[in-house]
Amino acid sequence: MKTQIKKLKAQALKLNKTTRSNVITIGALVIAYLICMSMIRGGNMSNLLQNLLVAMCYYSIMAVSLNLTVGILGQLSLGHAGFMCIGAFTGAFFSKIMVDTMDNVILRFTLAILLGAAMAGLFGVIIGVVVLRLRGDYLAIVTLAFGEIIKNVLNVLYIGFDSRGIHFSMKDTASLNLDEGGMVVIKGAQGISGTPRNATFTIGVILLIITYLIIVNLVNSRSGRAIMAIRDNHIAAESIGINITKYKILAFSISAALAGVAGVLYSHNIATVQSTKFGYNTSILVLVFVVLGGMGNLRGSIIAAIVLTVLPEYLRFMRDYRMLIYAIVLIVMMIFNWAPACINWRKNHSFKDVFWNIINKFKKVKEEA
Amino acid sequence: MEMLSVKNIGISFGGLHAVDSFSITINKGELYGLIGPNGAGKTTVFNLLTGVYKPDMGQILLDGANITGLSTIEINKAGIARTFQNIRLFKNMSVLDNVKCGLHNDYKYSSASGIFRLPSYYRTEKIMNNRAYEILEVFGLEKEAKYLSANLPYGKQRKLEIARALATDPKLLLLDEPAAGMNPSETEELMATIRLIRKQYDVTILLIEHDMKLVAGICEKIFVLNFGIELANGLPQDVLNDPEVIKAYLGE
Repeated sequence: MKTQIKKLKAQALKLNKTTRSNVITIGALVIAYLICMSMIRGGNMSNLLQNLLVAMCYYSIMAVSLNLTVGILGQLSLGHAGFMCIGAFTGAFFSKIMVDTMDNVILRFTLAILLGAAMAGLFGVIIGVVVLRLRGDYLAIVTLAFGEIIKNVLNVLYIGFDSRGIHFSMKDTASLNLDEGGMVVIKGAQGISGTPRNATFTIGVILLIITYLIIVNLVNSRSGRAIMAIRDNHIAAESIGINITKYKILAFSISAALAGVAGVLYSHNIATVQSTKFGYNTSILVLVFVVLGGMGNLRGSIIAAIVLTVLPEYLRFMRDYRMLIYAIVLIVMMIFNWAPACINWRKNHSFKDVFWNIINKFKKVKEEA
Repeated sequence: MEMLSVKNIGISFGGLHAVDSFSITINKGELYGLIGPNGAGKTTVFNLLTGVYKPDMGQILLDGANITGLSTIEINKAGIARTFQNIRLFKNMSVLDNVKCGLHNDYKYSSASGIFRLPSYYRTEKIMNNRAYEILEVFGLEKEAKYLSANLPYGKQRKLEIARALATDPKLLLLDEPAAGMNPSETEELMATIRLIRKQYDVTILLIEHDMKLVAGICEKIFVLNFGIELANGLPQDVLNDPEVIKAYLGE
């Protein structure tokens, strides 16, 4: 009896299951990365797909980070693109004004990412304090509103620089009253253009792995347990002394900060950042990744994000029917992805089994020979 | 020594006096039973004691400290833990994690050390695991530690809820109908468990129960509540033979 309990304790300390799942996910990401890189080197990858590589990364980061709010905290947020928007603009703003003064690209980009994350996280705290008193549908509507507010404010925001300092305006470029030689950084609806395009697939994958690790480590810690306790039963969580407000805001702001990272990656991947890109369509798109990948299932979010980023591009040959087919594929996947029969089928035909079956067959062949 | 001293607390919802000048004194280490017909206000008393409702009047003292009007979280930190009439477990979490949630305020490390896996994470998690397994062993749940709590059979879910409440290291434990929905053998087992936790942990217990066999079997004192007012209070044999109590339960 005693030894059995000891064994159980030892097992618990190893945290077997989660560690193994992490190793599988990160291993799969690294292998996919290496395959992609070798394909690019060998010239075997189409331009179309190459252009999508970074997009896959930032959408995956978005999906994983939204999963923290929706799947793990259990609160429906429809304004996640707003935080991506803040990250994108902060990062692009910083890179654009520092591009001449800081030659070290790695340092500049790292700082841009940290700043973008910090700013988005800050907004996450501010908005979280206000909206997390609400639950369910009401929370969804209010987050949707905040996402739109962020988008629309940035759509009319003008910021410029000259020898006298920073100038703000909500009207137009002329009202900034810049000196000669002054520079307009954010041009309202035209956004920020001319950001150095530092984002590469390598950086994207590294950021995705870091994001994944942050969330997995959070979930498997004291704070993560508190967050999931709130999701499962907030009355019981309160009765055992868990500070609900604190952990809701913590999860929401970490989720926002990571969306900010995705935003920085996005803004350094294209020539012009415009706030219209971050409307509720993007929020819903990311939510679709999360729902399709499974609430609380981080690996699923990544897979869903990758598949659904690539799919529309490969459906281009259908021309007008493209979005129709995309919608049908989405519905079919939603229905069948979590159907019990399909889950069983996946269990019985997992890669692991296939792998071992092949090895066993080889062994048999050898023995017979 | 008085552990809990409640003086004349009351609450009304609209015109209904759900609980009216309720007073009770529980000494340290006592096992008190709170009984009464349906709708008598028993669970409301629990909700008042744990800060879910704020009393309109009166005063609650826990171990000499005034806890009237504090929030649920602060009251839990002060030393009151409870279970619920309808089981409220963290269903998508493992049995072990449920208990570790109860240890939340006693063993701390920051969120950052959790995310970046600093040494304090490993140190504290190790202590928490050991402590959680100790508690699970008392309830005979250590073999199910890795199960999802929703997959436990009903009786064990009830036990796990008590285990989680005990993990917060309370001075006073409130059990809301711990034997509800249990068959006689499960009830027997539960009685044994309650006796055991009294022996192992230095805890005072107040429990609501309809199962008279359990109440008469383990409670040292009984308080009878009817329509929010005290009907009887004292030793089990006196209270359960009180004609007023019998009338309230069985009618005239």
